[in-house]
Amino acid sequence: MSTTTLPPGEKTRPAPARGRRAGISDRSRAERKLGWMLAGPAFAVMLLVTAYPILQAVYDSLFDFRLTDPENKSFTGLSNYSVILTDRIWWTSLAVTLLITVVTVAVELVLGFALALVMMKALSAIRPVIRAAILIPYAVITVVSAFAWQYAFSLDSGFVNSWLGWLPGISADTDWFGGTWKSLFVVCIAEIWKTTPFISLLLLAGLAQVPEVLQEAAKVDGATWWQRMRRVTIPNMKAAIMVALLFRSLDAFRVFDSIFIMTGGANNTETVSFLAYRQTIARLEIGLGSAVSVLLFVCVVLICALFIKGFKVDLASARGEG
Amino acid sequence: MSEIKLQNIVKKYGDGFPAVNDVSIDIRDGEFIILVGPSGCGKSTLLRMVVGLEDITSGELLINGQRVNDKAPRDRNLAMVFQNYALYPHLSVFENIAFPLRLTKGKFSDAEIDERVNRAADLLELREHLQRKPANLSGGQRQRVAMGRALVRDADAFLFDEPLSNLDAKLRGQMRTEIARIQRRLGTTTIYVTHDQTEAMTLGDRVAVLKKGVLQQCASPRELYEQPVNLFVAGFIGSPPMNFLPARVDGDRLSLPFGSIPMTPDLARLVEGKELVIAGFRPEHFEDASVLEPHRRDAGVVIEVDVDVTEWLGNELYAYVPYEPDAAVAKQLEELDRDLDGEGMRTQIVVALDAKSRIRDGDRAQLWFDPARLHLFDPETGTTITRDEDEARRIDTENEEERKQALERARLSDERAKEKAAAV
Amino acid sequence: MSRKERNLWILGGIGIVVYALFPVAWIVSLSLKAPADIANQQFLPTKLSWTNYELILTGSASDLFLPALRNSFGICLIATAISCVLAMFAAYAIARLDFPGKKVILSTALGVAIFPVISIVTPLFNLWRQIGLYDTWPGLIIPYLSLTLPISIWTLSAFFREIPWEMEQAAQVDGATSWQAFRKVIVPLAAPGVFTTAIIAFFIAWNDFVYGISLTSTEASRPVPAALGLFSGASQFEAPNGPIAAAAVIVTIPVVVLVLLFQRRIVAGLTNGAVKG
Repeated sequence: MSTTTLPPGEKTRPAPARGRRAGISDRSRAERKLGWMLAGPAFAVMLLVTAYPILQAVYDSLFDFRLTDPENKSFTGLSNYSVILTDRIWWTSLAVTLLITVVTVAVELVLGFALALVMMKALSAIRPVIRAAILIPYAVITVVSAFAWQYAFSLDSGFVNSWLGWLPGISADTDWFGGTWKSLFVVCIAEIWKTTPFISLLLLAGLAQVPEVLQEAAKVDGATWWQRMRRVTIPNMKAAIMVALLFRSLDAFRVFDSIFIMTGGANNTETVSFLAYRQTIARLEIGLGSAVSVLLFVCVVLICALFIKGFKVDLASARGEG
Repeated sequence: MSEIKLQNIVKKYGDGFPAVNDVSIDIRDGEFIILVGPSGCGKSTLLRMVVGLEDITSGELLINGQRVNDKAPRDRNLAMVFQNYALYPHLSVFENIAFPLRLTKGKFSDAEIDERVNRAADLLELREHLQRKPANLSGGQRQRVAMGRALVRDADAFLFDEPLSNLDAKLRGQMRTEIARIQRRLGTTTIYVTHDQTEAMTLGDRVAVLKKGVLQQCASPRELYEQPVNLFVAGFIGSPPMNFLPARVDGDRLSLPFGSIPMTPDLARLVEGKELVIAGFRPEHFEDASVLEPHRRDAGVVIEVDVDVTEWLGNELYAYVPYEPDAAVAKQLEELDRDLDGEGMRTQIVVALDAKSRIRDGDRAQLWFDPARLHLFDPETGTTITRDEDEARRIDTENEEERKQALERARLSDERAKEKAAAV
Repeated sequence: MSRKERNLWILGGIGIVVYALFPVAWIVSLSLKAPADIANQQFLPTKLSWTNYELILTGSASDLFLPALRNSFGICLIATAISCVLAMFAAYAIARLDFPGKKVILSTALGVAIFPVISIVTPLFNLWRQIGLYDTWPGLIIPYLSLTLPISIWTLSAFFREIPWEMEQAAQVDGATSWQAFRKVIVPLAAPGVFTTAIIAFFIAWNDFVYGISLTSTEASRPVPAALGLFSGASQFEAPNGPIAAAAVIVTIPVVVLVLLFQRRIVAGLTNGAVKG
């Protein structure tokens, strides 16, 4: 808002005495109390719906525990974990999950960047149209997107085979859901279609934060379009790119809905989330399922740590929380 | 109508750092007082304590003799114009101005609100913008709406927090005059925070100069200019700023980087026993000796200097003269430079000469000045050795009389206008 | 911009629109195919038919679909409302007040947002069965809060931070009580942000599938995505593609309407929370 540009210098200080905590005045004590009173309920709910379940899962994972046979619940220590970690199913599902994550995120990053550029450059007259269009995949529920792509490729109702019949290797009776690779290919397409808009919006926001004057300066300095992109724009939106990557990677790693709808885990297309679901909800193996859940959680934490430590993603600064 | 008394006001933040330290100012009814100082001097904090947005750590704040330390802002009946105007973006100009009146619930009828807003709008020439939203206004218009919101209620005092700092130079000048006119006309006690010394000098009946939370001097603009109490005030007031030079006392002469000058007996007595002092020259007290009439020339001292750069401004000419700093006072002057938000670039003096002067870059020039207008400062404490208390008191009385006359004139012309209106 | 370059960008824009709408158009087209037409191997139906819609809205599948639609709307709206109210208080505190633990709350929100839903669902499944929340509305509303609260807190604090709080002080100096300042100045300024947050939270709740299939078992509380996912198994021999497509179109309508009406705000909300924060 132009009426309220932040005043420079001194004005920022007299406001609340941020960061000065040695002696606490009544006003700041009251502020603390009010702060926790207001934020407390949300905080408590978040903890209750996540911290409690994951602790329970950790606890359950140490038992041999079937819901169909609750009397025989017995403590078995880490044996559930050793069962899982020595089973090929776990490693297959982990590999499938990682494959989906890497492929979709990589494609989405490139595609999303292209979309962001087009949106950035689009004439203001058609910008609302493009913006509305790009939001639609984001807003369409994953299950619907999965059905749409499944039916498009399926043998009985699809049109893809008849449209793409001229390509080598595709004919009227190509069964896309008949093999691991082909199934995963379709799953990836559905995932990419659905989530690229989100990444492109984040990248667009990042692009918009690179000052136009830098572009102009680079132009004057004689940089080509590609050089400007690579040496000016991208380095300046690195934070936005990294945040988008992190969020999408974590999201992609949890892929479940599309697998459930499109393949049901057939032909070795089971992902880690699906495996956990199948163990608990379908087979009522609470002990084993909890162990898979805990492992999944550990994987997510590892990915997070990898991004934050390895790629130096500073979430705080990227989110203006420094 | 109101008097505001600040008694030993202290503001300490959590870490014990006093942002405002022991400030006492008596603000008289109808007075226009300026709080001025470099950034971080605590002037805005002081203002926010007066209005009640900031707690007072210790000290007393009295409005019309009543202690208001613990009163909420709404109970102090003060009106404030914020630096960024703080216009409510969802309300029209009319509703923005009417906002304080609407809050009183029932005290004003719609017709009264209408009348008051329109009166304020007329005063500020906002009539044709009343239905617009703040986002569609120019900076100057927004500023006027913010003032309208302050004017519309019968506030005991107006508080301004750097109200002109977001405007461009030309508009700033216009609005400055406008604020002065309105304040005189309404005769409302006003506290005005600024870092711009032109605003301070032109608007204020009195100006309070603050440094690091400590009040340095609170006096009329003329007294600040002619009789500053210390180095800081002397350096802060005046543009271009006062030149400070190391001066060694040498019997009845003062030896400066440009040579030695004679002292009057009065001056010699003041610096007796001191070896080294800091001499202050205002740039505008120098003249180009070559264009001066002989009789004036003989009344002062002429020094010969090498001019480095000149700037011709049409109405005057600035000449810059570099000099070698004296190690003995270098630290003191550096610190002063820092206190004044300076960049510590180079040691040079600046002189403002008549535009007719033919001095150009690189010339060796003869400069004239009157040693009686010299200020001398104690290098240890920074206090002004040459300050004349009697003269300061005389200026003060004169200033107070002028202020009362101005208010009276404004009152009379207001009455005449009312009579005229009644007659018609 | 040269004409050639301009045309290129326009072409790109058209590409985006086709990209975004193509699968939606396909599912609409499929839903309009008569049962015999489903397998025509073509994008478009040979003849428009409303059979599928009749089946799920009034026909034999209606007792599966309509309760699910009701559940989805009810559960999502309630979860959205609760999380918006809670997030509003929290975001106000985060943006406006200085208290220790602000960072903890924001980090917790972030942690919950990246939490694998499946890891929560297993213990909840167990617990809900024990305390009788399994297959009830509250049984879904509570876990939905774990989806909607974090993003609501982030998005709202980003919005709230942009509110010029000087306004609140100005109002106080103008003579407003704290409550008046809040109601007359802050609420009008904050309302658009709260509204946007509500839309985004609703999208997320509406999209849920995992909780839906795991924590429900009957039409008493099963939401649409779960009903769709399990519908395919209902009759193995007659392909359910047509009715599912019709149901998919119906659940897509509300979100498309929201997108068309509030696209600018949604974009602002999504990017504010994630990038600027």
